[in-house]
Amino acid sequence: MEKRHKDAMENMEDIAAQFYEQLKKGTIPEMKISTRSKNNIVFDKKTGVWKYGSSKSTRSAKKLSGARMILRTLYMLDFITDMIESEKSSTLREMYYISEGWEKAKFGDQSESDRLAEDMEIVTDCLREDFKLRPEEDGARLIGDITVKERTRKGDIRKINCRDDVGDSGYTIPYNVEEDKVNFDDIGVDFVIAIETGGMFDRLVENGFDESSNSLLVHLKGQPARSTRRVIKRLNEEEGLPVVVFLDGDPWSFRIFASVAYGAINSAHLSDFLATPTAEYVGITASDILNYDLPTDKLSKTDRNALKQELEDPRFNTRFWHDEIETMLEINKKAEQQALAKYGLDFVTDVYLPEKLSELGLL
Amino acid sequence: MDSIAEKLAEKQKEISIGEFFERNKHILGFDSLTKSLVTAVKEGVDNALDACEEADILPEIIVEIEEVDDKEYMVAVEDNGPGIVKRKVPDVFAKLLYGSRFHDIRQSRGQQGIGVSAVVMYGQLSTGKGTMVRSKVKEKDYAVEMEITMDTKKNKADIVSEEVVLWDEKEHGTRFEVTLKGLLRSGDHSVFEYLKNTAIVNPHARIVFNCDGDTTVFKRATDQLPPPTVSVKPHIEGIELGTFVKMAKESDRRKATSFLVNEFSRISNRTAKEILGEAGVDDSKKPGDLSLGECKKILSATDKVKIMAPETDCLSPIRSMLIKKGLKNVLKGYRPEFYAPPTTREPCVYSGNPFQVEVGLVYGGDLPSEGSVRVLRFANRVPLLYKKSGCATTTAIKNMDWRIYGLDQRGGTGMPSGPVIILVHVASTRVPFTSEAKEAIADIPEVVEEIERGLRECARHMRTHLNKEKRRKKVSKKFMIVKDLLPMIAEKSALIVGKEPPPLDKVMTKIMGVVYVENTHQWNGKHCEVNIDVSNYTPRKRKLKVYMEKPYPENIALEPNIEPEHDGEYLEWQLDTLDPSAKAEIRFKFDGGIQKEDMQGVDVYIEGVKGTMLIGAEPLPDDWDVDMAEIEKE
Repeated sequence: MEKRHKDAMENMEDIAAQFYEQLKKGTIPEMKISTRSKNNIVFDKKTGVWKYGSSKSTRSAKKLSGARMILRTLYMLDFITDMIESEKSSTLREMYYISEGWEKAKFGDQSESDRLAEDMEIVTDCLREDFKLRPEEDGARLIGDITVKERTRKGDIRKINCRDDVGDSGYTIPYNVEEDKVNFDDIGVDFVIAIETGGMFDRLVENGFDESSNSLLVHLKGQPARSTRRVIKRLNEEEGLPVVVFLDGDPWSFRIFASVAYGAINSAHLSDFLATPTAEYVGITASDILNYDLPTDKLSKTDRNALKQELEDPRFNTRFWHDEIETMLEINKKAEQQALAKYGLDFVTDVYLPEKLSELGLL
Repeated sequence: MDSIAEKLAEKQKEISIGEFFERNKHILGFDSLTKSLVTAVKEGVDNALDACEEADILPEIIVEIEEVDDKEYMVAVEDNGPGIVKRKVPDVFAKLLYGSRFHDIRQSRGQQGIGVSAVVMYGQLSTGKGTMVRSKVKEKDYAVEMEITMDTKKNKADIVSEEVVLWDEKEHGTRFEVTLKGLLRSGDHSVFEYLKNTAIVNPHARIVFNCDGDTTVFKRATDQLPPPTVSVKPHIEGIELGTFVKMAKESDRRKATSFLVNEFSRISNRTAKEILGEAGVDDSKKPGDLSLGECKKILSATDKVKIMAPETDCLSPIRSMLIKKGLKNVLKGYRPEFYAPPTTREPCVYSGNPFQVEVGLVYGGDLPSEGSVRVLRFANRVPLLYKKSGCATTTAIKNMDWRIYGLDQRGGTGMPSGPVIILVHVASTRVPFTSEAKEAIADIPEVVEEIERGLRECARHMRTHLNKEKRRKKVSKKFMIVKDLLPMIAEKSALIVGKEPPPLDKVMTKIMGVVYVENTHQWNGKHCEVNIDVSNYTPRKRKLKVYMEKPYPENIALEPNIEPEHDGEYLEWQLDTLDPSAKAEIRFKFDGGIQKEDMQGVDVYIEGVKGTMLIGAEPLPDDWDVDMAEIEKE
């Protein structure tokens, strides 16, 4: 058994012991956990990312929901320790289906069990990989001149060049991108472009932008999976590649950027591990909508509310973001990346990106 | 050349009653086809109920509707009333403004005597057909059957045919069949709704509704007839000048004083003198000699003299128990979760007319929780189906902030919404209708205020129920914690750390923090077996005393497992000290003399724990001892 798994088991047994002792003393069982809300994330000067602050929430068996959470916690840690002992692993979804048999401790839907798995990371100070839990979906794909060394199922190391050895859909990021599985060999690019939509990713591939700009294209697939964010982080930290993020121009894309660069509210305990604080937002910005006179949609009520919430979000508390958010509210419009096609299919690679990237000193 | 007056005189002629009817259809309730059908049934049923009650007979009413042609219906109403003697049949059915109650001041359904003859006339005018009437009185072994039409010029009946028939299945009763233009609809303004609501406020009646082959029976919920209403003398504050003048002219009293004393209620000799003195009218003047001016002065003088309010014993409210029975009888299909104890307010007076308000409220069950609450309006036991928005009941409901009683209401005004049916009954010797059509009660401030008070009483009961329900839910959640989850938490954590599960009593009582009382009873033959379980789910030891109301004062507990004291109105048990998590069980029986109804609302009280820590019973009221002492003094 690897040490990381052994540590995880011990940490989890401590939690069970804590409930047991509380009951034995005649006190109502409870557990404390960092409050997972935007009011409890603070900027860590040392690492440049946002993490949970000192505010804690208490789950007490005094309340029905709290009692249920404590019971679920016990079932989940029992399940995980069993799994580690028997050298197995499972997906989050498999664990959710297994929990169907936990009677009073079963979950309403998978998001509840996923969230509790994250809670377990927070209280044990471990990663879910230490628990042998993995997400069911893969990371996204990347295309560009880098060579990765991936350990295959058979155990040998395969070298893959992400431009020459792959098809049009690129290299698929596996769920585990730690050093035991993935390492970088040859880096032929100058920087990384992370792209929100598949449509735009394919446009840049078709236009050969990875080669013409000497960059690595990473498809985020909406809100990026942990492994995608982890790969970006490692490329940035280990290989010193600058990272830019190219998204739609709407409040939800702003949030995607925040989770890539600053750390996500839901997984702020992993910010050190996942966030790339030097990542730059290229667009689409509210100013782009005006400057390039892009086709737009009207903001919906939920869009406006999301923007207003972002004004309260400490991660967006900078001059740049407040200007952008307020402008967007003022013009009451949003635009997709692909709105750039208004000026032709090559506009994004011939004009828009070169302009934006030179501003950042990358071209 | 004829003068203008002569020209006008040529045009001035008597209008026939038929024409009058045609022009005034709306005030008689025949302004639409749907409504005409409801009105015909309503007039028939009102008469039938009045007739039965006056004769002290439990009403059995049959209503039949059959479509005979396009938009043409045969409507029949049959009762088991005393019957009508042969010579009076034509007048009752075919003479407008004929009736026994027109000059009577008392609470009754019909008042103007337009009622059923208007139905006969409408049938005749709309289809050209006469009305068949059959009636049998107890003294005769045969019935009389007549076909009647109406001579609308002379306001009298024409008898088309007349024969004697056997009617063996009826000892006595009356049936009429009229054919009229109409439209049969369902919904809020339907015959069915009218009969259903009639059944609610007349639980002593059995009503059979036969509609195009479908039969609905509204069963009788009680054999108790409403007490007969009595006629009273008018109260001078409610009298109109014209009526007063007429009464004075017709009076055979010799002095104005005795006229006032004898022909009006609540006027003593002294009050009469005071009124006349204030009006400056000679005491001994003959009432017939009073001038219009003097009459006017007398009436305005009544404002300055204190006159006792009119007697109110002439009113016949339905009373709480029967409203509840009526509501249950008709609404049980909705399985409502709560019937607020219906309120019968004390009688009040508006401009000299006694009136009394009753309110009932039903909550929850399968009643629709979306949309406005439903309101059932009644005046003198007659359902009001139309002009809801212009009715005093609606005004009173809209005036109240229902949010504090637990219903949704936008902005705290207007119609509240929720799974609620509200019943409002206004009984009066003269219900203040907004118009002659008698469809809505006018917004008389005194009446609106009384309705509002009644509503508040019922609403308070609803709030208490909802709060109890809320607390019960909260406690049932805690039960889930201590009964299901906590033992599992103990077991699972013990398993993981490899130890025995710890004892949970202390933690359980900390989580619950209540004394929990379960009071149930079941019937075993004629005995009622009562179980009271008291569990101490608090972290402290408790010395508790249990009180139970006796269903009626002489009841004592039979075969009790713990001997109670039973000298007073209550059964009292002093329990041994209960440890945390311990439970005491009280078991006993009541004897066979007890009825199921007696056990309704019998409460259990607990002394020795705060009300906020008590579930399933009431805390002993603070003024308990004071109350007892006062009762003893008397």
